[in-house]
Amino acid sequence: MQLIKSGINIDFIGKRKIGFVLSIALILLSIGSLIVHKGPNYGIDFVGGTIIQLKFSESVPIGDIRSAISNIGFKDASVQNFGQDMDHEYLIRTSNLEMTSKGLSQSISDAVKAATGIVPEIRRVEMVGPQIGQDLRNKALLAIFYSLLFITIYISGRFELKWMISGVTAGSLMTAVYFLSIFNVGIGVLIAAALVISLALFWVLQFRYAMGAIVALLHDVLITVGVFSILNLDFSLPIIAALLTIIGYSLNDTIIVFDRIRENLKGIKTTDKLSVLFNKSINETLSRTILTSTTTLIVLLALYFLGGEIIHNFAFAMIIGVLIGTYSSIFVASPIVLAATKR
Amino acid sequence: MKPFTVKTVLILIVVLTAVVCLLPTFFNCWPHKKINLGLDLQGGMHLVLEVQNIKAVEAEVERTIQEIKKEIRNEGVKHLGISRLNDNSILAKFQGDKNKSGFETVLSKNFKNLITQRPQTSNNIISFKLALPEKEVASIKKMATEQALETIRNRIDEFGVSEPDIRIQGENRILLQLPGIKDPERAKSLIGKTAQLTFQLVDDDADVNLALKGTPPVGDEVLYQNKYNPASGTSTKIPFLIKKRVLLDGSLLTDARVEFDQFQQPQVGIEFDRKGARIFDRVTGENIHKRLAIVLDQSVYSAPVIQDRIAGGKARITGNFTLNEAKDLAIALRAGSLPAPVNIIEERTVGPTLGSDSIRTGLVSMAVGGLLVILFMAIYYKGSGLIADLALIINIILIGGGLAAFQATLTLPGIAGIILTIGMAVDANVIIYERIREELKSGKTALASVHAGFDRATLTILDANVTTLIAALVLYQFGTGAIKGFAVTLCLGIVASLFTALVLSKNIFDFVLKNKVSSKLSI
Repeated sequence: MQLIKSGINIDFIGKRKIGFVLSIALILLSIGSLIVHKGPNYGIDFVGGTIIQLKFSESVPIGDIRSAISNIGFKDASVQNFGQDMDHEYLIRTSNLEMTSKGLSQSISDAVKAATGIVPEIRRVEMVGPQIGQDLRNKALLAIFYSLLFITIYISGRFELKWMISGVTAGSLMTAVYFLSIFNVGIGVLIAAALVISLALFWVLQFRYAMGAIVALLHDVLITVGVFSILNLDFSLPIIAALLTIIGYSLNDTIIVFDRIRENLKGIKTTDKLSVLFNKSINETLSRTILTSTTTLIVLLALYFLGGEIIHNFAFAMIIGVLIGTYSSIFVASPIVLAATKR
Repeated sequence: MKPFTVKTVLILIVVLTAVVCLLPTFFNCWPHKKINLGLDLQGGMHLVLEVQNIKAVEAEVERTIQEIKKEIRNEGVKHLGISRLNDNSILAKFQGDKNKSGFETVLSKNFKNLITQRPQTSNNIISFKLALPEKEVASIKKMATEQALETIRNRIDEFGVSEPDIRIQGENRILLQLPGIKDPERAKSLIGKTAQLTFQLVDDDADVNLALKGTPPVGDEVLYQNKYNPASGTSTKIPFLIKKRVLLDGSLLTDARVEFDQFQQPQVGIEFDRKGARIFDRVTGENIHKRLAIVLDQSVYSAPVIQDRIAGGKARITGNFTLNEAKDLAIALRAGSLPAPVNIIEERTVGPTLGSDSIRTGLVSMAVGGLLVILFMAIYYKGSGLIADLALIINIILIGGGLAAFQATLTLPGIAGIILTIGMAVDANVIIYERIREELKSGKTALASVHAGFDRATLTILDANVTTLIAALVLYQFGTGAIKGFAVTLCLGIVASLFTALVLSKNIFDFVLKNKVSSKLSI
């Protein structure tokens, strides 16, 4: 069986401008949404707070729960349905912390019981103090930064055979980030600066493949974060795990195309046919690119629909990431390598 | 026909080892190492405590001040106040050269460890500023955290949690993993109790109400007793004027256990060691007809009038306890007090029903996703697809075996990692098969195409997997708890899929083609 005919020849490179416009539009939309919403909609993992998941044996009016919790003093608490309607589960979220041993979850459970007459089951309690939230936020940013960094070293080493230079570049970036982090510079600012510097370096050093790869990765991460921001979904620890996996995985498709470009480049001397060659490479690997993403999407859809509410957002982030990653390996990564090669 | 090459034997050994490691998870057999389930799957409580170890430093400074006061009293030196400042240094004030030199003698004789600044004189008052050396402060803080860990471990052991995991994290944090805990609220209150027990006199010479309005007399403080009224369900706070001087504390306890009074109301009976008993005997003897307050964590539990000298070193703490409260207090007192108060700064509790629900939904989505992928591969690549499917099944066995062998913890995100691996593992086969199809089209024989396909795809597959592995390793380094479980299964899955795609599938192809089981390639 064959989904994509072997002789296929779609003019991807010729249509790269459409891709660029679309990508830039998506990125602007993401950044715009992030600005309007004042950053990602951080979950309690990153800003601190408490989540309590209650399950009732029968249907309970959500208003009763809201007023019960508001009456005992948690004015900022939000209550929402969790999972399917037949589960009668609710998620209560408050910025109050269960720091004392008095038991926030117990008092909420008692208040809800008094208001509804049904004893709820406390299924889950998550409390994160502000200092832990700050820690986790820094760790998450550093994790994204380091995985981008290591992957770029690997790509530039493998495709450019410049292990030494890329290693030294990465080493100095890591040292710079380490020393600056001692001086309490915001880690977000720090990492943004490090990324801009590395991109400039790759341009100067002519690390074409590394640059194509890292731009595509940033593109994928930014748009995934943007989609979460636009849909106002919770940005929690599992989402960071999803982002890192996307960084690692969306590169698979890019590498397949890059490998073919390199293979086809051997023996070619003039630059005027480059765009044809790039296009040929993309088309030759198109069935691979589509099929590998398809198998991964199959399991992710299974996870999204059947995996339960807790893993829902994680699966969603992965689905977005895999889709965007497949798109970017064709429309972002290769055109950038082409542009850098032509220079 | 040569079915058993060295490579085949090695592959069989790897797969069999994985099966053996995996078996104890489902049957009770050797090597008896099941896959560990994370707290989010088996239910339980994850806590991070912050030890306020600066309080231990404060206590040490206060203790030093008491010692200094005692020493200079013995030397006949008069002072105008020795107090602790906010930065935990000590300010000592004197008047006259005789007192100054007397104090300096005491310092050089008994308190050599203190860092002393040059004394300053203003309005005839000479003030000294003393501080504990930084090294000592650091070691007090470290000791406080370590001691808190020990104490909490003892409390948890007595409370009865199977396989708790308690460890120090960073400078002043303690991480607790308590699987399968039944009453999380009670466990939290037991862990968080400082259990600082002191015996102090009630100051009956001054008026409490006056102290409440203004400042309490020197050497006194106002502490409260919580009186719970079971009839109305409300509790009231009764103020007591307590002398700050601690006559006896809980460090000299040898035992604490639950007892019942004549109304079957639970109370906690405590017993002091020899030294404690002697002090208790003296204190009660010296203060007959005065009220002795039993203070626990800065609140008064009772303040009975001392009727007579009490020998034998036994006392009771009463205070409208429920049976569980009394039990937990006894545990806390037996395990000793925390050297400094602790705060709970992170809690993640999952009830057992949610845990088993998560296992069920995880397994269902794994089965459905896996079956869909297996069907897809079989339809798309026919015979070769079946080889990929076999490789996929062995891949999952390898991940399971790896989890059991390394005693890694399987969490809900970890299950998601396995599901993701199912989708990603066949990617390697797809890359190889597409290459083989290309080679076949260029006119090569089946065997040559297979070899060329594997040879050319190997590097691509390695590259693609190494990048995902890098991301997974970084995630493992920075991740916490459940997320770490995801990184673990993802790493295992990548390594396993490299093995199944590049070694196992290749061997099966070789076997099929070389032994002429089929000369045509079903792909």
